[in-house]
Amino acid sequence: MKALFSRWALDSGFILALLALSAFGVAMIYSTGQLNVPSPVVEGAWIRQLVWFVFGLTAFTIISRISSNWIEWISVPAYVLAVVLLAVTLVVGTGRGTAAGVTSFLQFGGFQFQPAEVAKIATILALARLMASRVEAPGHGSGRSRSWQLTDVIAPCALVGLPLLLVLLQPDLGTAMAFVGILMAVLFWSGIPLTYLFLLVSPAIALIVSFNTWLFSAYMVALIGLLHLRRSRLYTFEYVAVLVFNLAVGTVARLLWDSLAPYQQNRVLVFLDPGLDPRQAGYHLVQSKVAIGSGGMTGKGFTLGTQKRFDFLPEQHTDFIFAVIGEEFGFVGTVLVLSGFAYVLLRLIRMATGTGSHFASFVLFGIFGAWITHVFVNTGMTVGLVPVTGIPLPFISYGGSFLLMCWVAAALAVRVARRN
Amino acid sequence: MNQFQVPDSGASQRARIAVIGLVALFAILIVAFFRLQVLESSTYELRSESNRLRPFPIEAPRGAVFDRNGRVIASSVPGYSLHVFPPAASGVMETTLERLQSYLDLDDERIELLLERSRREPYQPLLVDGDADFDLVSTLEEHRAELPNVVVWMNPKRQYQAARPVSHLMGYVGEVTAEELEQERYSEYSRGMTVGREGVERQYEARLQGRRGLRYSEVDALGRVVSSPFGQVVQAPAPGADMQLNLDLDLMEWIHHIFPDSMRGAVVVLNVEDGGVLALYSAPTFDPNSFVGGIEPDEWASLNSDPEQPLFNRAVVGRYAPGSTWKLAVAAIGLQLGLVEAHEHMPRGCGGAMFVGNRRFRCWNQAGHGALDLVEAIQHSCNVYFYQLGLRIGLERLLVNANEMGFARQCGIDLPLESPGVFPRGLDFWEERFGYRARETEVLSLAIGQGPNDQTPLGIAQFYLAMARGGQAPAPRILRGEETSDVWDIGISPEHGEVLMEGLRRVFVPGGTAYMSSVEHWQLMGKSGTAQNAQDPDRSHAWFAAMAGPREEQPEIVVVVLVELGESGSIVAAPLAAKSADYFLRKRYGIPTDTIQTLREHRLTGTPAPWANR
Repeated sequence: MKALFSRWALDSGFILALLALSAFGVAMIYSTGQLNVPSPVVEGAWIRQLVWFVFGLTAFTIISRISSNWIEWISVPAYVLAVVLLAVTLVVGTGRGTAAGVTSFLQFGGFQFQPAEVAKIATILALARLMASRVEAPGHGSGRSRSWQLTDVIAPCALVGLPLLLVLLQPDLGTAMAFVGILMAVLFWSGIPLTYLFLLVSPAIALIVSFNTWLFSAYMVALIGLLHLRRSRLYTFEYVAVLVFNLAVGTVARLLWDSLAPYQQNRVLVFLDPGLDPRQAGYHLVQSKVAIGSGGMTGKGFTLGTQKRFDFLPEQHTDFIFAVIGEEFGFVGTVLVLSGFAYVLLRLIRMATGTGSHFASFVLFGIFGAWITHVFVNTGMTVGLVPVTGIPLPFISYGGSFLLMCWVAAALAVRVARRN
Repeated sequence: MNQFQVPDSGASQRARIAVIGLVALFAILIVAFFRLQVLESSTYELRSESNRLRPFPIEAPRGAVFDRNGRVIASSVPGYSLHVFPPAASGVMETTLERLQSYLDLDDERIELLLERSRREPYQPLLVDGDADFDLVSTLEEHRAELPNVVVWMNPKRQYQAARPVSHLMGYVGEVTAEELEQERYSEYSRGMTVGREGVERQYEARLQGRRGLRYSEVDALGRVVSSPFGQVVQAPAPGADMQLNLDLDLMEWIHHIFPDSMRGAVVVLNVEDGGVLALYSAPTFDPNSFVGGIEPDEWASLNSDPEQPLFNRAVVGRYAPGSTWKLAVAAIGLQLGLVEAHEHMPRGCGGAMFVGNRRFRCWNQAGHGALDLVEAIQHSCNVYFYQLGLRIGLERLLVNANEMGFARQCGIDLPLESPGVFPRGLDFWEERFGYRARETEVLSLAIGQGPNDQTPLGIAQFYLAMARGGQAPAPRILRGEETSDVWDIGISPEHGEVLMEGLRRVFVPGGTAYMSSVEHWQLMGKSGTAQNAQDPDRSHAWFAAMAGPREEQPEIVVVVLVELGESGSIVAAPLAAKSADYFLRKRYGIPTDTIQTLREHRLTGTPAPWANR
């Protein structure tokens, strides 16, 4: 029996953890349906999730048997298809449920799915293929290599940037963040010097500090200092490009800010000060903190969360399901679930280190980047560590295509890790 | 294909950094959750409780009100209010209200109004009927299944068992308004509470109002009550204090019964012993019960626009020229000033009229009364005698003395609203009010209770109470058993008081104006008044102020009757006063009540009245 499971799962510990998380997710979605207020949206959601769980396991079983070569081969057409689907979504897509204002769903007959979920996996595969062709993943060096240059990041940035831009246009900030996570993780794993990675994200930092003139000036001085230290490794145009880009971002930040939708501006402002507007944008965060905080050490018990029961928690079966976990199972529950994710992510690092192929190694790290972003942003926003973003918790949040794609990713992970 | 040199070659280093980063991130998360769920959890537990539990008030029953004999005038009874709870789906409110139409009277206009309110407060229970009767409630219970959103709440409600007869005395209740809540007086009140309006309900609001109780109900994020609509009681309401009045409800009902339906007016009955108010009646009446649970707007509008002014308390707020009932004040002033004596004749006898200057001033009896002394002048209410007495006193002196006696004051009854009497303070009054200098002849009008002299029926009653008590009258009290230090002293000596009493007694002997209103068992005394007024120059207000008690004894009660446009004090008002007094005294002395009471009634029905010819 154990051997049978091990043959099916390919990586018993990893898959066991994911099975546990998924099953727990179904249970939590059942709990979110236990309300004192009738809500047709959540009623029976757990059964639908259970059905999708079965689909996910089926997909896992099939995909984990596909040849790795074929996976590598399909990566490019899959990427192209995903980008096309994203573009199509922008034109004919529909919103749904709580995300009604966002065009992120495509409809095929009676079946709706989010192309962005497919795009995430396709982008991971394509990016892994690109990186494997140019870079040796750590531990897979052949000795034939040259030094990194900042210009080397242009191709991977462009490859991730295209779907990222299309997702941002939906606009779906949460999923866009997952793409950033994928890019950063893969670049990191490609061995890029950390300074370069910093220079890459420096415009984002410039954006944040640009709201305070003094802070921005200090930041620019520090940036110039860093560039000066590394000048021997940089081409002059790279040096200049980084500076110009930072300056440009810093100055157009105001304009960019104004171009954000009011609800997005609000979310950022509320992130900085949740008490700012407790009834509007801050409502999610305040109610989520009340739910989690009132859970205490051991929680109010399964299905018994009052914040949830009386509908104080918004989107409690999707993006804020972790708040329900915190309310009903307390600190013990949150630590257990977080430990589960930590274990899964550690396994991904181990697999990436142990695999014999560059491609496999980058795929595993891409998945790592996507999942760690999802987990950290999703759980972090429920306690106010990060701004409230519409981003689901892998394997647990309600959502058919999302759960399916999580299992597809899991299948790819165990499949490519087993290449040799 | 060019491959790069990975600077820190080997998986171990990047993997190590990745693991450290991963651990760091999860450490941050766990610290954040630890802070929230362990260190600050008590704060959030409290917030979560207050989030879902909302306090709802439980109304306290108002104190009951009893009459002097313990009869219930008003009490609190279980009332039912009908609410529709906010349904989850749209459109359900409409269909629920339409279904309710077959059980209670809801026209389309009212439904529109209710829907409007439910749109404004979509998550609050919608009050459909604040005073549903028990039959309706039981019918609705039977049809529970088709009306799942309809909830019946039990609230104490006011019931005026005595209803119409006590309407002006008791006042009524209503929901406290937003404007009132801003006033100091209502600082302890909150929305939805019932407060007393007018009458005893308002005067003794603080005693009658109990303390609200509190229950908690669970609500959802939208404030919808989601658990049992009855919640958990954390503080039981404390009922308001019961009170007993000096009022005799039987007497009030009797007065309501005998007062002519088509007439407007007032009856005040005071107890001579302590100034207690035995009856205080104003006609027409209204039904205070229709105010319970909120009066229907059209009913309110019709009460307010009714030319009969049923909400107007004629007994304490209405002011009327006192007419001949006030001749006693003139007589008292004349006696006190030593200008007249009990058996002193005036220079001119009554020939039906009298000329002052070139103006003719009439007596009510055109045939004339001939030569009369003061007592006879009171008995026959002779104007000509009082014209001469008035001239003898003089306008200025009359004003000074009448003001000293106190005819521009309030009685100080324990009711929220009382009009003071109107009486000129001095000669300036005419210039200020009418724009001309007072002529000496003004005193002629004042001497017979006309002119710028307006008194409330209660004020006249207290004046007669003072005479019956030898000069001093305590402020009339409605609440039983409460001493008052507010005493009106009209300042007459005992022997002068006896003269006045003799005059009043003679009114009921053959030849007196109220002889036909004499009754079998009791010594009646009193004075009629027929007061010209601006309301209708052809029809005077009819007054009668009476005292009554067992024969050969001091009077026990004072009765004042005013009938607006009643035309004749002796024919219209006097019988009402006599019948009220007779009813009350028979009850007090255990003599069976009879509907044929006055001499006139005996004559009209042919019932022998051997007592009348004594």
